[in-house]
Amino acid sequence: MTAPDFATARRPGSLNRKPTSPRTLFASAMTVLSIFFTLLALIPLVAVLAYVLANGLSRLDVAAFTQLPPAPGLGGGGFGNALLGTLLTVAIAAVISIPFGVVAAIYLSEFGRDTRLADWVNFFTNVLSGVPSIVIGAFAYAVVVLTTGTFSAVAGGVALAILMLPTIVRTAAEALESVPNDFRQASIGLGATRLQTTLKIVFPAAVPAILTGIMLAIARAAGETAPVLFTASFSQYWNTTIWQPTATLSRLVFSFATAPYPGQQELAWTASLVLVALVLVTSILARLVTQRRHK
Amino acid sequence: MALTTDHSSPMNRQRSGFARSLDSGFVWGTAAVAIAVGLLLAVIALQVGEDALPAIQKFGLGFLVSSRWSVIDGEFGALTQIYGTIVTSLIALFLAVPIGVGIAIFLSEDFLPPRIKQPIVFLVELLAAIPSVVYGIWGIFVLIPILRPFGIWLHETLGWIPLFATAPAGPGIYAAGLVLAIMILPIIAAISRDAMVAVPAELRQAAYGLGATRWETIFQILLPAGFSGIAGGVMLALGRAMGETMAVTMLIGNANTIDSFSILSQGSTVASLLANQFAEAGGLQISALMYAALVLFALTLVVNILAEIVVRRFSLKL
Repeated sequence: MTAPDFATARRPGSLNRKPTSPRTLFASAMTVLSIFFTLLALIPLVAVLAYVLANGLSRLDVAAFTQLPPAPGLGGGGFGNALLGTLLTVAIAAVISIPFGVVAAIYLSEFGRDTRLADWVNFFTNVLSGVPSIVIGAFAYAVVVLTTGTFSAVAGGVALAILMLPTIVRTAAEALESVPNDFRQASIGLGATRLQTTLKIVFPAAVPAILTGIMLAIARAAGETAPVLFTASFSQYWNTTIWQPTATLSRLVFSFATAPYPGQQELAWTASLVLVALVLVTSILARLVTQRRHK
Repeated sequence: MALTTDHSSPMNRQRSGFARSLDSGFVWGTAAVAIAVGLLLAVIALQVGEDALPAIQKFGLGFLVSSRWSVIDGEFGALTQIYGTIVTSLIALFLAVPIGVGIAIFLSEDFLPPRIKQPIVFLVELLAAIPSVVYGIWGIFVLIPILRPFGIWLHETLGWIPLFATAPAGPGIYAAGLVLAIMILPIIAAISRDAMVAVPAELRQAAYGLGATRWETIFQILLPAGFSGIAGGVMLALGRAMGETMAVTMLIGNANTIDSFSILSQGSTVASLLANQFAEAGGLQISALMYAALVLFALTLVVNILAEIVVRRFSLKL
C-alpha cells in the first residue's frame, strides 16, 4: 500500500482511519495535551535550577566557604560554620543509620525472605519513610534535646539518621537480593556457614549497590531542613563540640531567605546552589553507576 | 568398610560448638536489628504521645475543633492548622494528579523512542531531589512575585466566589499549594508510570487488535488496569503533601487564624506551626506542639496505610 486512500477509508471494514473522525481527533488532542503536561512539569525544574544558578553564583567565592555568617545588615561573610555543621550532622546520622540499616537489610534479604516477620518489618519501614520529617524532628527533640537540655549536632544527627534509615534498608535489601542465588549455594556447598557466606560472598558482591543507596540517602539528608530546625538549631559561630547548637546549610537558607537583609539573602542563594549541586551530582552519579551495572 | 568416621578428612570435619553458635547468633542478631527498625515507628508514636499527654489531658478532642492558638493565655487548638494542611494538600492534588497521570501516560507508552524517553523520566525524578528549602527560597523571590498579579486578577474578576474572596498579600495558601503540587508531581508521575508499564503487553495488543485507538486503549484498558497503582501513588503523594514543611512554611504566610475560606488568604499548616514555634517553645506549649505533631503523624499514618492497602487489595491479578 502506498499513500493512504481516503476514498476507501470510509468504506466499512477498511483499516484506514479517517483523519477527521472524532476518534482520531480525540486521540491527537490527548497526545498534544500529554506532551503539554510533560513540558509543563519540566518548567519548574528548569526555572529553579536557572534562578539558583543566577542568584547563587554572585557569592560563590572562597569567603563563602570559609567565613562566619555576616551580622544582620552587613555584606560579605560566608557559611563556613554551616557547611561544617552539615558535614557533622550528616556524619553522625550516617554512623548511626548505616549499621542498623544494613544489618536489618541482611536479615530481610538473607534469612527472613518471604517470612511473615520480614513482611511486617518491610511494611513498617515503608510507613516510616512516609512519616513527615518535621514529626521525626519533634521525636528527636523529645529524646535528645529535652534530655540533654541543649540543641546539638547529635540531636540533628539522630533526626537525620531516622530519616535515612528506610532508604538505606530498602536499597541495601534490594542490592543483597540482586546477588545471584548461585553464589550462596556455591558457598554453602563448599562448607561455609551462613555467617561466612553473608560476610565473605554475598555482602562484598552487593557493596557497590549498597554504597549507591547510602550516597543518595546522605545527599537527601544534607538538604533536609525540617528535622534539624529545632534539633541542631542554628549558630553564628564555629562548633567546638558536638553538644552545642549547630548551624547547617539548609537551616541557614531558611533563616537568611526569610531575613530582610540583602547580604544574608545572597548567602542563602549561594548555600541553595551548594545544596542543589550536591543533590544533583549525587543523583546523576548514582544513576550512571546503576546504568553501567545493569549493562 | 570402616564404621567410624575419618575425622582427618575435610569431608567429615565437624563444626565446633562455638562456630555453630556464632552462626545462629549472627542470624538472630540480624533478626533483632530488623525488628528494632520495624518497632521504631511505634517508639516515635509513643514518645511523641507521651510528651503530648499534658496537652491531651487539658484540651482533649477539643484541640481538634478549636482554632484558638494563644501562647500568652495557654489556650491551644489546632483547627486552623488542620484546615490549612488539608486545603493546601487538596490544591496540590487538584493540580498534580491530572498533570502527573498525563506525564505517566506520555512516558509509559511508545510516544517517544527510549533514547529520548529515559532522560525525560530522569528529569521528572530530579524534581523530587531538589531540597524543600530551595523550593522555598525560589517561591519567595521568584514564584510569589509572578503569582501575585494573577491572584489579584482572580480576586477582582471572581471575588464573588468564597475561594477568591480576599485580596492576595503575597504569600498565602494558593502559593503553598502550587509549590506542593510541583513537589508531589514526580511521586504521582513515577508511581503511575510504574503501574502503567506493569500492565501486560497482551492487554494493549488485544485492544489494538479490536480496533481501539491508542487513547481508547489508554482510557478503557490501561488506566483501569493500572488504577490501584495510580491510586496508591496519589495517596502517597497526599501523605507527602500533608507533612511537607519548609517550602510551605516559607510561602503560606503563617497566619494562626482562619479569617476566610479564600485560598488567596494567608494560613498555616500543622507542619509550619511546628517549624515556627518549636525552637522557642516552653512548658505547656511544647506539649501542645507535640499534640499537633501527633495529629499530623496520625493523619499521614492513615493515608500511608490506606495507600499500602489500596495497592495490595486492588492490584491487578492475572
